[in-house]
Amino acid sequence: MAYSEKVIDHYQNPKNVGTLDKNSKNVGTGLVGAPECGDVMRLQIEVDDATGMITDAKFKTFGCGSAIASSSLATEWLKGKSIDEALTVDNMDFVEELNLPPVKIHCSVLAEDAIKSAINDYRVKNGMDSIKFEESVVH
Amino acid sequence: MLKLPIYLDNNSTTPMDPRVLDAMTPYFLEHYGNAASRNHPFGWQAEEAVDYAREQIAKLIGADPKEIIFTSGATEGDNLGVKGVYEMYASKGNHIITATTEHKAVLDTCKHIEKTGGEVTYLQVKPDGLIDLKELEAAIRPTTILIAIMYANNEIGTVQPIREISAIAKKHGVLLFTDAVQAVGKIPVDVNKDGIDLMAFTAHKMYGPKGVGALYVRRKNPRVKVTAQIDGGGQERGMRSGTLNVPGIVGFGKACEICMQDMEADTKRISKLRDKLETELMKLEEAYINGSTEHRLPHVTNISFKHVEGEGLLMGFNKNIALSSGSACTSASLEPSYVLKALGLGDDLAHSSLRFGLGRFTDEEQIDYTVKAISETVLKLRDMSPLWEMYKEGIDLSKIEWAAH
Repeated sequence: MAYSEKVIDHYQNPKNVGTLDKNSKNVGTGLVGAPECGDVMRLQIEVDDATGMITDAKFKTFGCGSAIASSSLATEWLKGKSIDEALTVDNMDFVEELNLPPVKIHCSVLAEDAIKSAINDYRVKNGMDSIKFEESVVH
Repeated sequence: MLKLPIYLDNNSTTPMDPRVLDAMTPYFLEHYGNAASRNHPFGWQAEEAVDYAREQIAKLIGADPKEIIFTSGATEGDNLGVKGVYEMYASKGNHIITATTEHKAVLDTCKHIEKTGGEVTYLQVKPDGLIDLKELEAAIRPTTILIAIMYANNEIGTVQPIREISAIAKKHGVLLFTDAVQAVGKIPVDVNKDGIDLMAFTAHKMYGPKGVGALYVRRKNPRVKVTAQIDGGGQERGMRSGTLNVPGIVGFGKACEICMQDMEADTKRISKLRDKLETELMKLEEAYINGSTEHRLPHVTNISFKHVEGEGLLMGFNKNIALSSGSACTSASLEPSYVLKALGLGDDLAHSSLRFGLGRFTDEEQIDYTVKAISETVLKLRDMSPLWEMYKEGIDLSKIEWAAH
């Protein structure tokens, strides 16, 4: 299977690999997937309390090239977005941007889940309710 | 000068030896006769060439040339061997014993047999990939007609104790079939010393052409028969109809002759390279060899690099190094290797495995390049693996409740 240029580029030069302080009140962490399934994504966002804007985003991913590329792309998209804007990112956005084949759609679903999970972690830490999301269809 | 890409996937298929191609060429353009044409020189030449190849092949495995049935490859050999015995010996019984780590060509053939009313026992293997001989013997019933155990495994290279297995089969009057695709031409295989009744093997795993293989069928002590699975002109003594692939068979014969000549020297050189590759890669933290290191093919190793996913790992160098992974990320099922899982490996380790198959044309420069490329990629991916970070922090990953996915 051939990877798209964009997947290869993110794999070779991943953006925003790293770790934010998960204990910080401003940081939301999403850890999704499972080692048994062959992919685990950890996505972290740092949010400016006053503006609700995402000021930083980091990821670490165990998975195939498409999973790594999806999480790298997620961090790029999240930086500078408000929490509300971030919630509108859809898994199909990753599929389109990275030209993911059908067998890799689960990587995009995982990236969307990671974003939502990180946002909920941030919300709960800051005294807000976590948002209930509809179960993603493609799993 | 190092030429890229490097081929280390010799368990999938091997390149042709140029000497094999040279032997085949005349049989495409000059001697193109049908080996079954009895009435003209074209047919005679083809038949002569096939007879000679049959001798070369038989010699490599210690068989009589009459015991070689040509097939299109090992998948057909597996089907003919297992289904052919099942149908031929239906009056004696309907039970077959095999193992969970067999090739799909045997496993799916057995599943097919189950659908038609046959009974199959699938033996589990030990963590080193070997079957338990006591379990094997205990599984034999009065209705058992066949034991089908591979000689050597295609993913981990584990070599089964064929002589002990055949002794058990003989003791109970059960036939032994073995898929010896990975073993023939690489390690000494002798159907008489090993006590094998039927054996499938193929040319393209031993530097011969694709599309030609053989099923060895014993003719004496006992005389074994199989029911044909392909009907037609009655070639191969009625066991496998179809015009013989003369150039392919000539190449197969030559490939066997070369393997016989070069096996000792090849094995010595290739196993040294394999050991170097393995020793160097095992210097990485949390690297594990899968399968027995004692009972193993000399050119194979299978290593898991924990907390790194196999397909992601391959992507780091697969433009330059051809390898396989037990990760099933590319397959539709998303299931990792069933062979590695049968060893008792967790799915995480199975996802993290690479299979190395060295060959006749592997050299030290290629191994040095491979060690460097893989080591660098493993380190790079671990730097971006959340599992590696958690492992380093001393977190027990098995205690985490992973979100179902």
